[in-house]
Amino acid sequence: MKPKYDVIVVGAGPGGSITAKTCAEAGLDVLLIEKRQEIGDPVRCAEGVSKEGLKKHIQPDPRWIAAEVKGSKILAPDGTEIKMSEEASSGKAGYTLERKVFDRALAQQAAQAGAEVMVKTRATGLLRDNGKITGINAMYMGETQEIRADIVIGADGVESKVGRWGGIDTSLKPHDIETGAQFLVSNIDPGEYSRFYMGEKYAPGGYLWVFPKGKHTANVGLGLLGSKSGNVRAITLLENFIKNYMPEAKILEMVVGGVPVSGPIKQTVTDGLMLVGDAARQSDPLTGGGIINAMDAGKMAGEVCIKAKEKGDYSVKTLKEYEDKWRATIGKELSKSLAVKNMLLKLTDEQLNQLAHSLKGIDTSKMPLPVVLPILFKKNPKILWELRTLFV
Amino acid sequence: MSVNVNRYKCGYCGACVGVCPVGALELVETWIEVDNTCTSCGVCAKICPVGALVVVQ
Ligand SMILES: Cc1cc2nc3c(=O)[nH]c(=O)nc-3n(C[C@H](O)[C@H](O)[C@H](O)COP(=O)(O)OP(=O)(O)OC[C@H]3O[C@@H](n4cnc5c(N)ncnc54)[C@H](O)[C@@H]3O)c2cc1C
Ligand code: SF4
Ligand code: SF4
Repeated sequence: MKPKYDVIVVGAGPGGSITAKTCAEAGLDVLLIEKRQEIGDPVRCAEGVSKEGLKKHIQPDPRWIAAEVKGSKILAPDGTEIKMSEEASSGKAGYTLERKVFDRALAQQAAQAGAEVMVKTRATGLLRDNGKITGINAMYMGETQEIRADIVIGADGVESKVGRWGGIDTSLKPHDIETGAQFLVSNIDPGEYSRFYMGEKYAPGGYLWVFPKGKHTANVGLGLLGSKSGNVRAITLLENFIKNYMPEAKILEMVVGGVPVSGPIKQTVTDGLMLVGDAARQSDPLTGGGIINAMDAGKMAGEVCIKAKEKGDYSVKTLKEYEDKWRATIGKELSKSLAVKNMLLKLTDEQLNQLAHSLKGIDTSKMPLPVVLPILFKKNPKILWELRTLFV
Repeated sequence: MSVNVNRYKCGYCGACVGVCPVGALELVETWIEVDNTCTSCGVCAKICPVGALVVVQ
């Protein structure tokens, strides 16, 4: 360990590792710390990504691709099926990852680019000189130490504390989080598509997913909106689904977790600090997907760190470029997804069925979601009236 | 005022830490710690995917 770094990245998930790699490749002194003793484990993810999004950052490697999917199927509460995003036209079809291996591969890339990595090392606070952030307190093997740097990146996931320490309130309200449970199941036919089951009966304020993970295995999970949780729990709903719809399934792994679905938050940078990925609440409010967004944001944050080092200025004046950049890209998409999510929350299962029926006779199989939505709107202006501003 | 964590249920996912309005919770590798700033508001208990948290007044 060095007495001082240019950048300390807290959290070795996809967001943190890409930030660290980007900075290290430009020759910056980078320390990437991870509180777990094993990067990527335990998993808290359904591991679905679009090929397109992934390839921007890393060449797909069979070591961490568990399955390739043809596209998506959305299932209305009455079972009506809508096929979408088949590869041929949209390039949107995807992979199911093996995140235990994937997260490690990303951290390794950062290491190979020159970043130092410390595992079992937990940030416990920020260091300050005259109010200015100058590094972190970290605990390794029960001992606290001070580690200095010009800038601290909070890539510390849904449980993020780095932003709070820096004066940015990132706490999530119950309606700003999906609370989820998932089983990796065996002895089933996973099919060739990622399946999304909509409706109150499966997952109030969320959805249930079946993502193929191999020949006889799939990630079967669900997320329900935090505000609807309490009397019902994600885990109980999932156990009931398996019992009723997949009695043959054998459970090999349990995953629980929360995904931020708040949409863009007000602030993600302050002097000497930037937030990336789930810590910046950059996961998609509609799908709960956050891997690619975290990686995209990590790249942007890393590039701004490089500029800050060149200028010798780590104040908001320089860091604001990151904030502007992610808002104009990721942020825009998050806002759209949030509007659609808020709309869906108001629909009854019967209305969801109607929407699905209105697509009968239309071949949506090669269309991605942003193309299907305007068609749905045209056919169901009354139900979807609140979304009109998204399509004009 | 505090919350009790049922360690035998908890899946150490950190979701509760993300919703605590006062930052009273911390996920340390495989367990949750509660500090004395907890106001017993119950938000963490509400959203826990497995119901491992119980508020104590
Ligand atoms: C049930 C579920 C299903 C999901 N399914 C999908 C999906 O199919 N596709 C998709 O794209 N996204 C999915 N997501 C979301 C996705 O998992 C996250 O958006 C993604 O992992 C965010 O990456 P990140 O790097 O920001 O954070 P994370 O991957 O959460 O990494 C943060 C890291 O920081 C570490 N850390 C935290 N605090 C500290 C500290 N104080 N000191 C040191 N280290 C610290 C953590 O241990 C962790 O390793 C799902 C989430 C859940 C819960
Ligand atoms: S939300 Fe529940 S399962 Fe997750 S860490 Fe907190 S107590 Fe444990
Ligand atoms: S009860 Fe409220 S204040 Fe106490 S730990 Fe839970 S969320 Fe935080």
